[in-house]
Amino acid sequence: MRLSYSRQVPLFLLPFALIPLVDQNTYHLDVLTSVGIYVLLAMGLNVAVGLTGLLNLGYAAFFGIGAYAYALANLHWGWPFWMGLPLAGLVSMLFGFLIGMPSIRVRGDYLAITTLGFGEITRIAFNNLDAWTGGPNGLLGIARPVFFGYKFSVNPTPYFYLVLVLIALTAFLLFRLCDSKIGRALVAIREDELAASCMGVPALHVKLVAFGISSFIAGIAGAVFASKQTIVTPDSFDFVLSVLLLAMVVLGGMGNIWGAALGALALGVLPELLRGFATYRMLIFGGLMILMMIFRPQGLLGKKEAASGTS
Amino acid sequence: MALLEVRSVSKRFGGVQALKQVTFSVERGQIVGLIGPNGAGKTSFFNCVTGLVPIDEGQILFDDGSETLNGLPAHRVLEKGVARTFQNLRIFRNMTVLENVAVGFHARTRSGLWDAFARTPFFREEEKHIRQKSLEFLKFIGLEGLDGEVAGNLSYGSQKRVEIARALASDPKLLLLDEPVAGMNPSEKEELSSLVRRIRERGVAVLLIEHDMRVVMPLSEKVVVMDEGMMIAEGPPQKIKNDARVVRAYLGEA
Repeated sequence: MRLSYSRQVPLFLLPFALIPLVDQNTYHLDVLTSVGIYVLLAMGLNVAVGLTGLLNLGYAAFFGIGAYAYALANLHWGWPFWMGLPLAGLVSMLFGFLIGMPSIRVRGDYLAITTLGFGEITRIAFNNLDAWTGGPNGLLGIARPVFFGYKFSVNPTPYFYLVLVLIALTAFLLFRLCDSKIGRALVAIREDELAASCMGVPALHVKLVAFGISSFIAGIAGAVFASKQTIVTPDSFDFVLSVLLLAMVVLGGMGNIWGAALGALALGVLPELLRGFATYRMLIFGGLMILMMIFRPQGLLGKKEAASGTS
Repeated sequence: MALLEVRSVSKRFGGVQALKQVTFSVERGQIVGLIGPNGAGKTSFFNCVTGLVPIDEGQILFDDGSETLNGLPAHRVLEKGVARTFQNLRIFRNMTVLENVAVGFHARTRSGLWDAFARTPFFREEEKHIRQKSLEFLKFIGLEGLDGEVAGNLSYGSQKRVEIARALASDPKLLLLDEPVAGMNPSEKEELSSLVRRIRERGVAVLLIEHDMRVVMPLSEKVVVMDEGMMIAEGPPQKIKNDARVVRAYLGEA
């Protein structure tokens, strides 16, 4: 009997909820909170790349747009975090649609290049629109969340729980998405777009929905990141992050929701665990990734591809 | 008027005239065979009808001329009631057999993203309906009990059946089959022929491209013959067999 996802979500995430009770090390919790933001991002990127087959190489830009959206709304209009959070998601989604509408018509490699370009343009725009974004110095003094009178501070524990709740919510909704007509349409497009459209799936529309959901999640993660750092700078949203997020999705297993989370956890925590090896840690990290791709190319939780080529 | 009425359809790919003034019709509930040597333009014709390739000239009318299919994108053509299979299998390999068939319901169901997130009663009802109907279609094509299998792991013949079930799920009035028995052994061919007849009994008209004359001749009520993008003959199978132009197209000049 397979466990239903409404049970999977609490079952897999509850153990993490206990961590702050056992381990009060601030550094550990801080790392885990950052990793949690990676998990959110990987889950979001997975909707586009893993489920729908839309290779997005500029995902960090949507994360950045969310972060700046909350930062600006907070600094200029005094919006509190809980209003800024959905705003960040929506603004990021809007940019997702804007960049998606022209570029989703092109396939595969071309979409990858378009999103790569968009990612770079966004970072450069953050860097140069000094009047709005503060240029390379970024925006400072972004407000932390206040939860029913409880003020978040440098203490990472409340952020840890905030991120955990967001992960649970995202995972739950994504499972519902996958187990639906739209979810099947997304995968059908990944498998064979032409056949999907001949079966009545309006491919452009459905791909845009996937792109929108994907960038919405990035925006949400961005707002959390901005409120945690209280400062946003352009270099937090560079191409290296986009590639790292993609590596997380691939490592976890394309199209698998828990896979994306596990990939993010592994790639987020490993460099910290390898700190003992000092200079060699990135070498070991890279080596492990190569071994992984040789021995388990479908990713940690990915299903083996169906045997190909019958005709 | 007919279910499908094709009026002087032409299509040119660069220097190649793929279709030249093709004109014929398919009646409701009729099985029509489309034959011709390789490269005659049969699959190009399917691609034009299903909106994958725009036509240069002519008209493709559907449902007694009440709908115009030319100019519509592929998913809208399916909505109108034309479903198809492909010459080279195009099933969703990494989805289960059931999911493959369920995709066929896309145009016939209405729940959206919010219904999926909120699991509204409407959504649950519709998903239950999709599942039930999909299982019925799997039974109909003879793949009962394989619903949970990953489609790509099925045998070639079974995959072809999945493709047909997926097309039937969209509740078409006209089904286009592109070489349904290619690569099958004689007993599989026999089974598929009877499946096509059973599909027609459901009130679905079938237009099939087929090279195997032993399959297409007994099955079809009407046969259309194409060669080099042109229709060279049309009529009942008996007449086609003895048509001099058809024999020439297949065997060459004596």
